[in-house]
Amino acid sequence: MNVKELIKKYDGKAVVDSVSFEIQKGKVTSLIGPNGAGKSTVMGMISRLVAKDAGIISFEDKDLSEWKSRELAKRLAILTQHNNVQMKLTVKELVAFGRFPYSGSRLTAEDNAIIAKAIDYMELGEFEDRYIDELSGGQRQRAYIAMVIAQDTEYILLDEPTNNLDIYHATNMMKIVRRLCDELGKTVILVLHEINYAAFYSDYICAFVDGKVAKYGTVNEVMNKETLSKIYNVDFQIMEIDGKPLSIYY
Amino acid sequence: MFRKISSKSWFSTAILAGVLFIFSVVSLFVGVIDMNFGDLFSGGEKLELFFITRLPRLLAILCTGTGLSVAGLIMQQLCMNKFVSPSTGATLSSAKFGICLTLVFLPASLTTIWTRAIFSFVFAILGTWIFVWFVQRIQFKDTVMVPLVGIMFGNIINGVTSFVAYKYEITQALSSWETGHFSMVLRGRYEIVCLVVPLLILAFIFANHFNIVGMGKDFSQNLGVNYKFVLFLGLTIAAAITASIVVVVGEISYIGLIIPNMIAMFKGDKIRGTLVDTALAGALFVLICDILARIVIFPYEVAIQLIVGIFGSILFLFILFRKLKHGRKAIRLNKKEKGGESA
Repeated sequence: MNVKELIKKYDGKAVVDSVSFEIQKGKVTSLIGPNGAGKSTVMGMISRLVAKDAGIISFEDKDLSEWKSRELAKRLAILTQHNNVQMKLTVKELVAFGRFPYSGSRLTAEDNAIIAKAIDYMELGEFEDRYIDELSGGQRQRAYIAMVIAQDTEYILLDEPTNNLDIYHATNMMKIVRRLCDELGKTVILVLHEINYAAFYSDYICAFVDGKVAKYGTVNEVMNKETLSKIYNVDFQIMEIDGKPLSIYY
Repeated sequence: MFRKISSKSWFSTAILAGVLFIFSVVSLFVGVIDMNFGDLFSGGEKLELFFITRLPRLLAILCTGTGLSVAGLIMQQLCMNKFVSPSTGATLSSAKFGICLTLVFLPASLTTIWTRAIFSFVFAILGTWIFVWFVQRIQFKDTVMVPLVGIMFGNIINGVTSFVAYKYEITQALSSWETGHFSMVLRGRYEIVCLVVPLLILAFIFANHFNIVGMGKDFSQNLGVNYKFVLFLGLTIAAAITASIVVVVGEISYIGLIIPNMIAMFKGDKIRGTLVDTALAGALFVLICDILARIVIFPYEVAIQLIVGIFGSILFLFILFRKLKHGRKAIRLNKKEKGGESA
């Protein structure tokens, strides 16, 4: 996926301004930055949820807007936090929707096998007949991930997947992200608030400030005192734990 | 506790269908003129009566019950709000406004049941679209606000209708549609209500689309479902169903509100799994209310709207209290929480 000169304006003010980057296949890339830096808007545009004002997003050598929505749904999945959580659907019914781009309303035996596998992979077997509105936040998030796995796309985009989860569930979520990449070979793009999760679990980090890319590179390239202090406007210390950079800010 | 039932979903459907069949037969033989099963075979006047009033009445009842409850189900899913229905979403009042306009502005030669149907259909769609557009623009945080706005909007339309009716002196003609009743259902003037059947089939085909759209805009787009198209399609189906019922029977409230909610309590929100049960339960509810309406002051009958209003409000309170008792969470249906809390 290649993004060039992406621009998005709200009320004449550019919230995303000439953003260009290239996503590495088969890696985890985190988009970070302070509030209002435009990272979620960029995520919205590269997942076709938000219309762009200018620029090129080429996905598999074709512009994103030229993709048929249903074809794109087989290659790229996006999970946001704006779902109706009160719907009384069982976990199984939710995961089955992941097969919708392929089979519509008629599930084949193959679809059912994929659904069962996705539920197993997310260890939701005992919850599969529970309604999603009865689950805890962490379990529900896992159910959505299972749906995305059933959707069987090469790219998985997650908008703030750790939002509103406690430390235990958020850490679990990040481990799942890592497994999606390492075990299932997915390309994962995330929007994250927590820099240390980004540092610890991703391969690449793209940092945004004021609608522009402030720094894009491997974790080690971005996670240094100067870059982070510049991005967030606070003092940073970088420590090393398990060979990975971790930041302390105060 | 209700979860276990869903694995045997055919069971409840079979029971509902069985009970509905029994009451349908009962309904056919309730009336001023005493009729029994043997009369159907002896032919003559009674058989004719059967085909002129009894059978049309039963068909109209079944179409009304299934139609209004399914229209409510679709609207609740698409609006992500359990309290939206044809009567709380301005659909019914807009349909009546359409009928009012045909009575006032079309020459008498043109005011057939078909022109009335077309007008009420067009206005029902417009009213519903405006309501949903408005609700989506405002993005209420509070679930109860949505139906309240719908009720207010519906009352404004009703006010305009009454004004026009008063001004052109058709209040009396219009009153026939104000309170729904089946006493005027006769062969030759009820057939339009059968349009409900193809619309129900259409609703069943698109059931999963409605579910996906009910999960939210981002969710739909992720699965390659055209959010706006399905939203408009669903609302149009709901409005068409409502209009074809209103034009024949008149306004009947509550059905679209309570029946889908009651079925959803037992069977969840997956439309493919609940649509048939919702339709059957709606038909059964209207049928029982109609039989009561016919025997309560026998040999006269009261308007079904009256009976539906009484039982409907009781059932509605029951649903409301049950939701209150089982946690505040259940009643804030539309709140887009980000799911941090434990269920």
